[in-house]
Amino acid sequence: MNETASKRKFSMNKLFVYMFLSLASLLSLFPFYWMFVMATQTSSAYNSIPPTIAPGNLLVENFQKVLNQIDFFGALWTSFVLCSIVTLVVLFISSLAGFAFAKFYFPAKNVLFITILLTMIIPPQLGLIPQYFLIANAGLLDTLAGVMILFFLNPLGIFLMRQYIGDSVPDELIEAAKLDGCSNFKIYRSIVLPIILPAFATLGIIVFTAVWGEFLWQFTILRDPDNYTIQVALASLRNTVNVDFGMILSGVFWATMPLIIIFLLFNRLFISSIAEGSVK
Amino acid sequence: MDSVYRKGNKGGKKKSSEKRKNMISSYLYIAPFFIIFGVIGLYPALFSFYLAFQSWNGLGDMSFVGLNNFRIVLEDPLFWKSLYNTIIIGLIGTAPQIVIGIILAILLNVAFLRFRSFFRVTIFMPYITSMVAVALIFSVIFSNHESSLANYVLGLFGMEPVSWATSEWGTKIAISVMVFWRWVGYNTIIYLAGIQSIPNDVYEAATIDGANKFQQVIHITLPLLKPFIILTVFFSTVGALQLFSEPTVFLGAAAFTRDEAMTVVMYLYRDAFRLQSFGTASATAIILLIIIVIFAAINTYVASGRLSKKKGRG
Repeated sequence: MNETASKRKFSMNKLFVYMFLSLASLLSLFPFYWMFVMATQTSSAYNSIPPTIAPGNLLVENFQKVLNQIDFFGALWTSFVLCSIVTLVVLFISSLAGFAFAKFYFPAKNVLFITILLTMIIPPQLGLIPQYFLIANAGLLDTLAGVMILFFLNPLGIFLMRQYIGDSVPDELIEAAKLDGCSNFKIYRSIVLPIILPAFATLGIIVFTAVWGEFLWQFTILRDPDNYTIQVALASLRNTVNVDFGMILSGVFWATMPLIIIFLLFNRLFISSIAEGSVK
Repeated sequence: MDSVYRKGNKGGKKKSSEKRKNMISSYLYIAPFFIIFGVIGLYPALFSFYLAFQSWNGLGDMSFVGLNNFRIVLEDPLFWKSLYNTIIIGLIGTAPQIVIGIILAILLNVAFLRFRSFFRVTIFMPYITSMVAVALIFSVIFSNHESSLANYVLGLFGMEPVSWATSEWGTKIAISVMVFWRWVGYNTIIYLAGIQSIPNDVYEAATIDGANKFQQVIHITLPLLKPFIILTVFFSTVGALQLFSEPTVFLGAAAFTRDEAMTVVMYLYRDAFRLQSFGTASATAIILLIIIVIFAAINTYVASGRLSKKKGRG
């Protein structure tokens, strides 16, 4: 009797767990589904009662309207170039600095490292206006270079790289390479770099996604629609006088789909990257 | 650290030149960060402090005005409105994230769970969507039209339709919902990482002592999760006070002319890039910095205090 009671209670727990998680999953996925539905409907569909819940067949037509409004593929390409260059530069700067902090001794090392960590707490808006004039005075307003420079500053990257290099690059290997007459940079290039490739994946994902989704700075620097990144271009769809939600969500759909596919292919890497990047 | 160098010098000439080489390399390797930080981090931050005491339209000469910019901002009802909006949206948007995030993380970690990675992936998925995309998707769900999805659902419960994009509370709730939706999975993953770092034998010992699952959550999981909770509270607070993209995109063309959902950063942006009043905008930036520091400190203090009390009781 006692046993069956505890068994029943156990399965009630199970039911609760599955119901709660299923509901959470449903609520997480629903806006994606809704995006797809609206992207395939006429703009009047969202005025119907009850709301249309089945996809229509205007996926291509709506996207055609997007292409008339903005340079969609140009903006996508601009974002891709921006994020790739920023990611490569941040990986290079962070891994070099991380290597120095993990494997060398030099005066003021700890003070400098703590300084780097402290720079993380300066809120980005504090510098927004001077940064804008800095970029403007350098003649970089409305250019990709002007946008990307700000993202080169990434203290978290140095922190992660120091951690990873300290843990996974054996001191003996570095000593041995030194005895063979390797310069420090050669050690970085031929020993450290191959070992830290997994950490590059982690940091790369963090940096790439953060820059891809950033809006305030891109919105501030980019004025000419020809130079828009995908975020600024998508946001500009909202500013039209007669808001056509079918058209807008079609733009969002086509801009988000590649991301979703990449995420589903590498979700393990994504999730562990974000957990690692925020926790360490 | 000094002893290392002394030891190095004793080790002979070759060793000491090796040390010097390493030192030079090290400084070279960390230099790029500090150069970039100096130019686009420190200099602009300091310049903000300078600019906050000047009157400047971005083109002509600056003139020193003392604390006048701060006075103008602090006497502007719109600034207080924007601060109020930011705090309300921040509270509704992020506080539930912490509670729901912890529950989700605990459930995702139960031993019998099947489809674990499916649930984890779907709950995390909103995070990969950009804030602009989220704001656009939700501007359809929360449109003013009485047949918009949000209003339709309200109608099912017999409630009146809400003008989500124009009313005082409609805008705030809609923006809070999008903030919640995008970030709750992110917090869940952090808590999950935290839960998984708790050694299993702690639970085993508790089971032997006769603690049930619920007691284990209260007395083991929550206290040991404390550093992770403090971390997310800190990030949520700072993030919420910097809210900009969601309201700007959600309101579209009307964003800078309406005040229902104007946040502090929008107020700052409007001052600078719409009204060309860079002095007051810089003063706002500094006020925002002070607010962020105060809020982050209070929240972190409360989060650590509350939970350690719980631990003490156990």
